[in-house]
Formats: sequence, structure tokens, C-alpha cells
Amino acid sequence: MTTITDPHRAEGFRVSQLINDTRYRSYTFQFIALVCLFLAFGWLINNAINNPVLQEVGIDFGYLQAPAGYDINQQPIPYTSQDTHLRASIIGAINTLIVAFLSIVTATIFGVIAGVLRLSNNWIISKLMAVYVEIFRNIPVLIWIIIIFTVAANTFPPISEFRLPRDGSDPDRTLLLGMFAATNQGVFIPRLTFGGMGWIIAATFIASVAGVFGWRAYARKELYEKGRELPVLLPALGILFLPVIVVNLVLGGPMGLENPEMGRFRFEGGFLLRPSLIALWFALSIYTGAFIAENVRAGILAISKGQTEAAAALGLRPGRIMSLVVLPQALRVIIPPLISQYLNITKNTSLAIAVGYMDLTGTLGGITLNQTGRALECIMLLMLFYLTFSLAISAIMNVYNRSVMLKER
Amino acid sequence: MSDAHAHSVAFVRKSEIPPAPPPAAETGAWKWMRENLFSGPFNTIMTVVGVLIVFWLLSGLIPWIVNGTWEGADIRECREITAGTTGGCFAVIAERWPQLLYGFQYPDYLRWRPSLAFALLFVAVPPALFIMFLPRWTLIATAVYPFIAYWLIWGGTILTPVVAALGVVFAYTVFHRVERYGFVPGLAAGFATAFLTWWVGGTIADEFRTFAALEAVESRAMGGFMLNMILGIICVSLSIPIGILLALGRQSRLPIVKGFCVVFIEFVRGVPLITLLFVANVVLAYFLPPESNLDLIVRVVIMITMFSSAYIAEVIRGGLAALPKGQYEAGDSLGLDYAQSMRLIILPQALKISIPGIVNVAVGLFKDTTLVSVISMFDLVGMIRGPILSSTDWVGVYWELWAFACVLFFVVCYGISQYSQWLERQLRTDHR
Amino acid sequence: MKKSVLLGTLTVAGMAAAGASAATLEDVQARGSLNCGVTTGVPGFAEPDADGVWQGFDVAVCRAVAAAVLGDSDAVTFVPTTGKTRFTALASGEIDMLARNTTWTFSRDTDLKFDFVGVNYYDGQGFMVPTDLGVSSATELDGATVCIQTGTTTELNLADYFRVNGMSYEPVPIETGAEAVQQFLAGACDVYTTDRSALAAQRAGFESPDSYMLLPEVVSKEPLGPLVRHGDSEWADIVRWTLNALISAEELGITAGNVEEMAAAAGDNPEINRILGTEGELGSMIGLEADWAKNAIAAVGNYGEIFDQNIGDSTAIGLARGLNAQYTDGGLIYSPPFR
Repeated sequence: MTTITDPHRAEGFRVSQLINDTRYRSYTFQFIALVCLFLAFGWLINNAINNPVLQEVGIDFGYLQAPAGYDINQQPIPYTSQDTHLRASIIGAINTLIVAFLSIVTATIFGVIAGVLRLSNNWIISKLMAVYVEIFRNIPVLIWIIIIFTVAANTFPPISEFRLPRDGSDPDRTLLLGMFAATNQGVFIPRLTFGGMGWIIAATFIASVAGVFGWRAYARKELYEKGRELPVLLPALGILFLPVIVVNLVLGGPMGLENPEMGRFRFEGGFLLRPSLIALWFALSIYTGAFIAENVRAGILAISKGQTEAAAALGLRPGRIMSLVVLPQALRVIIPPLISQYLNITKNTSLAIAVGYMDLTGTLGGITLNQTGRALECIMLLMLFYLTFSLAISAIMNVYNRSVMLKER
Repeated sequence: MSDAHAHSVAFVRKSEIPPAPPPAAETGAWKWMRENLFSGPFNTIMTVVGVLIVFWLLSGLIPWIVNGTWEGADIRECREITAGTTGGCFAVIAERWPQLLYGFQYPDYLRWRPSLAFALLFVAVPPALFIMFLPRWTLIATAVYPFIAYWLIWGGTILTPVVAALGVVFAYTVFHRVERYGFVPGLAAGFATAFLTWWVGGTIADEFRTFAALEAVESRAMGGFMLNMILGIICVSLSIPIGILLALGRQSRLPIVKGFCVVFIEFVRGVPLITLLFVANVVLAYFLPPESNLDLIVRVVIMITMFSSAYIAEVIRGGLAALPKGQYEAGDSLGLDYAQSMRLIILPQALKISIPGIVNVAVGLFKDTTLVSVISMFDLVGMIRGPILSSTDWVGVYWELWAFACVLFFVVCYGISQYSQWLERQLRTDHR
Repeated sequence: MKKSVLLGTLTVAGMAAAGASAATLEDVQARGSLNCGVTTGVPGFAEPDADGVWQGFDVAVCRAVAAAVLGDSDAVTFVPTTGKTRFTALASGEIDMLARNTTWTFSRDTDLKFDFVGVNYYDGQGFMVPTDLGVSSATELDGATVCIQTGTTTELNLADYFRVNGMSYEPVPIETGAEAVQQFLAGACDVYTTDRSALAAQRAGFESPDSYMLLPEVVSKEPLGPLVRHGDSEWADIVRWTLNALISAEELGITAGNVEEMAAAAGDNPEINRILGTEGELGSMIGLEADWAKNAIAAVGNYGEIFDQNIGDSTAIGLARGLNAQYTDGGLIYSPPFR
């Protein structure tokens, strides 16, 4: 009675406890799991080590320093075929980022518009949006990419109609406003030129963007502290563009538009949106936009009608009800699925390979892999890039999500 | 007074006036249109724009379909028939539908087999989908289906699927018997039985290759929409159990198990499917013994299953997390061990919550099976991009082919997603 | 291959790593079929016909090897490969040989550890343009948009050619030849470049072949030939000498029609006798039956016959022999002697 011995110490440790005692059983399981894991990986790696081909070829990332030898059409940074495979891969990575960024922006716009309009009272519009969402959601994105690519090549006017005929007569078609041309070799648009003063203007513009945020913060502070409502949109636009215009004038107008001009075969100068970029960008935007529309709709529907009514009872106008009461709450519901849609866009940019857009899958995972034959190394790097990129996006969006989350006490 | 009152009034209505019909502008189509289409200037503009869009779409689509032709042996004949109209050249579908559906290598005299397997799908799937309306024994059809479908599509001796099925049945029986001594021994005994049965049965089946044999068809011969269906169905069915295990592993308190599951899930979800397919295509072979010689289709199934099980695991984890903590505690307080409380209390509820999510993953996965066209497999998209569009007979016929592909995918995916929405309503047991 | 997918998976799952097998010949004989990598479809060279049977110039090499090794030219499993997958398919052992319009280059032979066993087609990269582009020479292509099929040496040659000539161009990389042709026909690129044989083959399939022309420049040497894994010389010998047997057969006048008759008894020409196994022990030296070459020639014909049936003047593709004529006719096709 008086001596309550610890049964554990008294009985000592028995092997059967490893299975029957919950305190130790978890260690047993983990040990078994670990052994299985090691065996499985060991088996895989052992196979790779014993593989006759891999033994001879080895794993070697040295090929990244060798000249790539192929050309890339869309070059965000200068590149020639004599540069290394590494630089070609970096260009591919930047191209991936470009199309991912563009698609994320437009998909969000499409999605929000379609999601809000699908809840509209207007019967035709809401039904049209429902049709849009269902059609695009239920057909593979690869098919959309290829369809848009094919359609761009076959329905846009051929570039030959823009060429100057050799007999000196006028071409069949000319630039729209002298600036734009949609052809089956891409859409040509004017390019902003900075006459060597680019960095000053860029610095001014970045400062202006900061100024816009500053003005918004100030306007909000005035509203909350003094109840004074300041206009936001017009001053913001002013802050955004006026300094750049002033700086441009002060510097003697180095900024200009470089219009595309017809060369021997195609327009030279200006900026070219290639069909592959257009197809990928547009297809990813409308496809993911359909999903985002559903998320937005669900988010708005999740806000109880009482919220709207309460806001109306306070005397808010419909626009303000939306922007001050409904949307901030709906965002909490919308953002988590939105994050995964953004991740999907990022991953789906790898379908660029179907239309020859030179993203990372096209350079590192495509031509470099074909030319060097270093499949293992290329695919490892490729996965590493997407993994890092995906994790980065989800980290950033999670931070944002936390900032709009309901602050519970 | 009352008399005077009565006299002062010339007429007193004794009965109620029958309700007058509302003004014309407040009834029927007019009212509906005014409220739904023209309730304000903005709305009116939207309506006009909407009508214009619908008109534009239909004015392109209807003549294309109505004037289209299903006759003609190649593009030139077809263009002659539709000459002058904007009709489509559906003759390409009429001529090539076997290739679009079955690929170009599946023997044409054997096409009835996958077709039959597809038809049987409508017998096998309803018991699983509408289990609440049908008696439980109908599930036998679902359970037997995979083995029959395998036999029909791949052919070979019937012993192979029979042995595979027997392995499952024996394993389950043994598991049931041994389970009273604990879940883990039961599981181990079940697996051992299954492998033993497959090993013995496999040896026997190898001996009697011609017993009740259908003509064998290689995996390489699979193609067209059939390949999309095969990949989609196999990978989803395989990835649900794996996904459950991964989800449980991620919730587990055992750090090694949990760590492995987290790394696996996050890794797979962080990379595009296409890189995993590249792995299946060009790298996986290095990690398998040289003589294993797995078919490309098997390697692709492995990688797609990995891919979808990670997504399904996340859906199920959501379901597990949505359960109130009381459910876990209830299991503990009844003295159930981990396996029992999971199997009897937690998973049935968690899976029920997760079903719509799983169906969404399944639809997404089915659409993603088209990516195999990038690694030189001839699925529906691969058939269109490769052999059909490159054949000199049908060069330039792309609208019709892609429309056909779109219709096929739309019908399947829309059907499944409508089912999932219906199921969601059925499963909503809270009365809102 | 007979083994079911399910059981195959399970076997593999339970199988421990065994030693690497280098003996491709034994593998092929045990399997009873040859796994041969081909393109996903180039008219005339390798393409499934309407019945799904592979036909073409490269396919014939596969069938010849199968006939030599297994005595059955249909015992071939054709594995379509893309530019990306072909080398790993060969390296990993998925295929036993690759007969896929593959250019013999230094780095492929050495760095990638393959053995090219010979050349069955001497090709060169060329350009095709629409006639109304008004270009008669590749040197006038400065600034043009060029469609390229990726995964070949084509893009490297193209980059070199334009760089050396100080010209710029807009590359449009396309994964498959079929899609490159579509883009070219739609006018989405001004020039289409690949091996001249493929250009000719594809042009033959156009609705109006006369509106397109091949430019005279040949910007690269493209010796195309079958290849095998490095390190299995016995197997390399078999493929090499099967190809040489086809070439010698043309030179010596052995055809699919007369090969049975010639092989029935030793004739006057000792080299013919040695090839057809009526004299000497050449077959056993490479581990095959004495009638290996006879089987190969009987199955697909000699080199000239294969050429004529698949890509020659009488076919839609209509390629002239040119460099691919026998050395006796001024070409480069030349087999080492059988002795």
C-alpha cells in the first residue's frame, strides 16, 4: 500500500513492450518506417549507381558552362547563341516569370469580372458568364493553348499582306494608327524608348508609385482621424504620371515611342508579342479566370445578407457597401483558393512547350536537354526551379492572407 | 343614424371586387424583361452587349454546323462539297473517329472490347456513385469491374485478372480473421497473403497463357480518348487509398512519418505535372533495374498517381481538419486504438466531407491526362496533333478536330462536376 | 512483353537489383522481338500507315535487323520517340536500337556514349520558302522568321549559319514536324528548315507543292544512321553488318526477288556466297545463323530497293539518289567488304 512502485521501473523493459506498449510502439513504427524508407531510396539509388549508362556518363553540371549554340526569340536580357546553357536557362526562367505574371494579372481581372457578373440580375449576362465558366473549366488547358495558337496562326492577317510589294504599289494592309499590327507572326506594338535616360525616368516612376501609396495612406488617416474624405483616384493618377512627364520635359524629351516599321520580311523596331506568348498568356488567363470566377462568386455568396442589410441600414451607398463591407469579408474566403490558382498558373506555364514559347521548360528542359542529353541534371534543375518558385509564391500569398484574416482574440 | 348613413350612400358593395389583372407593363414577359434585362441604363447596355455576343457566336456556329458535311474522303473533296458555304468539314471525324477514340495501333477488329469495357462502366460506376439509393450488394459490380475491364482491354488469359482478384479477396479474408489480434498484424498478414497468391497464381497464369485468352494487346497500342480514360480512371482509383495514407501520415504524431509525408506532398504539389512526366519518360528508367523494362504507360501511371495522390491527400487533410476535436476524443474515450478510431469514426466522416474535393481533383486529373501527348504518347490530343493533322489528307482541318476533342472532354468533365454538386447537396446534413 | 502490366509491376516491386545486362542480343532473342526507336512520324522515313503498320526507310532497317536476328521481320516493337526522349530511351534500355533520322555527331558518339553503326542516308539541312516570298538564296533571308523543329541538330546549324553570314532571324521553335508544317503553311513563318529529305517529303504532301521551293543552300552535313548503346560491341556489330549487308546486296545485285535463288547454292561470286552464308562462317562470327543476311534481304530488299520503295523517285516523296547512290555511281554509299 505504501510503496506504489513505478511498474515501468519494477518490471524493467521487455521486448514485447515495443509492440504492446503505446509509449514505445510509436518508436517501433517509426523505426520500421525509417528502415522501409531507407530501403526504398537505397534501392532506387543503388539502381542508378549500377546503371551501366549512368556509370559511364556520370552526373556532371559542367555542361551549363558550355556554349548553348541555339538562338532564343524572346530575350529579356541580351543573349547570343555563343552564350552558355546557363544563360539560356536564365532567359527561360525569366520568360516563365513574365508569362506567369501576365497571366496572373489578367486571370484575376477576368475572374473577378466574370464572378461578379455571374451574380448580376441581368439574365443574359449571368447566363453568358455561367456558360463561359463551365466551358472553360471543363476542357483541358492544353487544348485551349493549342487552339488559340492555331487560331492565331490561321485567322490573323498574314504578314505578307503588310509587306511592300516589289512593284512599288501600296501594301494590302498597313499599321493601325501607324503603330499597331496584328499579324499571324505576332502582334506588333510600339515600344517606349528612353534615349539613354531610362534609369532616371525609372527612378522617378518608382518614386511616384511610392507616392501613390503614401497618398492613399494619408487619405485613409485623414478619413479615420478627422472624418475628412479626400479624393483618391484623380490625385493618384496625377502623382503617378505628372512627375514622369515633368522629368521628361526637363531632360529635353528623351522619351519617345518607337513604332514598328516594315522591313524586308517583317516589322522591325517596336515591340513584338509573339503568337506563342499570346496563346499561352490568353489561354492560361481565360482558363484560370473561369476557376477564379467560381471562387469569387463563392466568396461573395458566403457573406450573409445581413451584412449588406446592416450596411444599408447605416446609410451606406451600394458602391460603398461593396467596397467597405462585402469585399473585405469576401476576400478572406477568396484568397486561399486564389493562392492555389496562382500556383496552378505558374505550374501550367510549363505547357509552353506545346507552342514553342521559350520558357524554362523550353530552354533547360527542352533544347538544352536535347542537345546535351543530360536528362537527369536538367530535370533536377527544372524541378528545383518550379519548387522554389511555387514555395515562394505560396509564402508571399500566405503572408498576405494572414494580413487580411479575421483577427480573432 | 345608421339609416341616415345608409341613405346618404348611394351604393354599398356587398362583395369583394375580383382582383384586377396587373397593368400590362407589370406582368409576364414584360415585367421579367424590365426587371432582369433593362432595369437601368447600365443594365440595358449590358443586355445589348450580351445579345450581340450571343448573336455573333451563334451566327458563326450555326452555319458551320448546319452547312457542314460528313462526306468526303479527304480535305479536297470535303471543301468541294461545302464550297461557297462556311460549313465545317466533319468528314474528318467520320473518317478518323476510330483513331481519335482508340488510337491508331489498337487492332480494329478488337475495338469492341474497349467499347464493351466502356459500356460496362455504366453498370459498374452507379453503385459507387449512388450508393444511397441502391442496395449494397450492387457494389460487387464496382469491385469486379476493374478486373473485367483489364481483361477486356489488354486481353491475355483470364487467369491474370482472376489471380489478381483472388489475391485481393484472400488478403481481405485473412485480414478479417487476423484483425482480432491487432490491426497491424492483420494488415501484414493480408499483404503477405496477397503477394503469396499473386506469386503462386502468377506462376500458374504464366503456364496457361492460352486458357480462356483474348488476343493480347500491348500497352503501347493504347491511344486516343481511350488512353485518357484509362489513365484517368486507373490513376484516380489508385491515388485515393494512397492519398488517405498520406493525409493520415501528415496528421500523424510520428515525426519521421509526418516529415516524409509533408516533404512528399509539398514536393509533388510544387512541381508541374509535365516535369513528372519527363521523369517518367526519361529519368525513371535510371532508377529501376535495367531488366525491369516497364512500359511507358506504367511509368506514366506511377507518376500521375504520385501527382494526384498528393492533391487528394490535401483534400482529405482538409476533411480531417474540419472534424471537431470531440470526434477524436470520443474515439479515444471509447478505448479504440488508432486504427479502429480512424476506420470507424474519423475517416467515414472526413471522407464524406472530402468527396466533392476529391471529385474536383479527379476532374482536374482527367483533363491533365492530355499532357501525355507532350511525351510522345498518342492520346486524343496527341492523335490530333500528330498523325491526323500531319496526314496529307487532312492538312488544315483543325476547328472540327479540336471541337470534337472539346465536346468529348466537356461531356465527361461537366457530367462529373454536376454529379459532385448534386452529391454535395445530398451530403449536406446540416439543415440550413 | 507478354507479362501483364499488373503482374509486371508487382514483379518489379518485389525484385531486387540484379547485375546490369550488356548482352542485348540475348535480351532480344529471349524477348522474341526487337525494340526499335523511330520517329513519331516523318513521311517516307517512319510513319504508321492507315492500318497502323509502320512503314518507311528507317523502319526497313529495324525490320532487317529483326529478320537477321530473329528470322522474322515482323518481330519488331516500334517505339515512337521524340527528339527529347530518343537518347534516354536508348540509354535506359527501353529500345535496343534507334533508327530515327539521327545525325552522327562527335558528342553524341562520345559524350552521350552511343555507337553509330553506319550511315543509311546522307542528308543536309536546307530551307523551304514559299515561291512568292521572292527569295532565291538563303543569303537573302536576313530578318526572316524561321520555323524549326526542336530537338535536332537543326537549331544549332541554323544559329551557326546565320551568325557566320552576319544575318539575324526570328526562330519559331516547334515540337513536332507536323505542327511546324502547319505554321509554315499558315504563313506564321517565312522559312521552314530541317533536313532536305524531310523538306522534300513534306512538300510532296502539300496541297500545292509548286508554290513552295527548296533553296539551293545545304548548310550542314547530316549523316543519318542507326545507333546503339556504347559498350555492347557484339550488338553494334550485328546492326552495323546488317546495314552493310543491305548495301553490299545492292552493289552485288542481290534483291529480295533473287535472294532465295542465290542462297540455295553457292554461286560464282565468293562475296555473295559469304554474305548469304553458303560459304564461310560469317554468321557464327556475330552470333547469328548462317542465313542472317539472307533473311534480312529477303524481308526488306537491298538498300536500293528500300530507297526506291519508300523515298525514291517513284514515290510521292520523290528523292533522287544523289549522295546516297552507290560509290560505283558516284555516291557515298559504300560497304566494307564481307570477308
